[in-house]
Amino acid sequence: MAEAHDISKHIKLYIGVFIALAVFTVITVLASTIEAGIATHVVVALVIACIKGGLVAAIFMHLKWEKTAVLWLVFGICAILFVVLMAIPSLTVNDLPPQAHMGTWG
Amino acid sequence: MSSETLPYTVKPHPVTAMYSGKFGTWLFLASEVMLFGALFSSYVLLRVGAPAEGPGHWLSHHETHLSWKIGGFNTLVLIISSVTMVMAWASLKMGSLQKARLYLIITAVLAVLFVIIKLSLEYIPHIKDGLVPSHSNFFALYYTMTGLHALHIIGGVVVIAYFIGPGAKLYHKDPEYYTNRIECTGLYWHFVDLVWIFLFPVLYLL
Repeated sequence: MAEAHDISKHIKLYIGVFIALAVFTVITVLASTIEAGIATHVVVALVIACIKGGLVAAIFMHLKWEKTAVLWLVFGICAILFVVLMAIPSLTVNDLPPQAHMGTWG
Repeated sequence: MSSETLPYTVKPHPVTAMYSGKFGTWLFLASEVMLFGALFSSYVLLRVGAPAEGPGHWLSHHETHLSWKIGGFNTLVLIISSVTMVMAWASLKMGSLQKARLYLIITAVLAVLFVIIKLSLEYIPHIKDGLVPSHSNFFALYYTMTGLHALHIIGGVVVIAYFIGPGAKLYHKDPEYYTNRIECTGLYWHFVDLVWIFLFPVLYLL
């Protein structure tokens, strides 16, 4: 059965992705112990998280094999809105008075 | 509900070119990205806006008492559960319900283990130490984000348990339909894993 043969190939890939995810988790922890500025730590941690997330989405969620245009349209809109959400803090932070008042929230 | 009454449960829909359950799951996951995205956005806003020191400062690792070892272990638990979830789907594709059920049971057990670790080694000791949501912005966000994530895990366990038990009857009537439902459950489960992949460094390491 051709499909079963394809699936057995996929299984090897799943194991490979599992090893990669475990290794990247160890790298994330090790990278956080290195002496560096917070900006460097944020960039390194988020780049590794994006790689791990990309592997999960591409292989486990089968996006690597999805060719449907409408799905990519959903992803496109979702990605744009996500970027807008992440940009909201930097777009609005200038509206606020100096940081002192943020302290009263804590 | 049988595949006769609900259209496109197996065959691809002419517009979306995929079975409807999968498209619906992806739309749901898109809304989930917005839900968690809003919380990550709040995290960025509050962290960037927090004063460097004094009242309302962002808590250091020493102050949060969050152990990267516990967080890292839970990360591995979820990664393994993602592998077992996808293996359940692959087993069904290869025609073995028995193996699929075994993988689903392992996935559910790992999910329960995640929640037990979260509760017994983190939430309960933290609450006893007074590190409750009202303690600081960090803990308000920590409980909201990890709590919402834990609710997703519990929801996933309920769905997986259904497909291990009564939901598995569908396999004997329509194996392809059942396999597709497991694929949709898997999509959700991998998304829950994906969210944790971002939560772990953000809350435990940075």
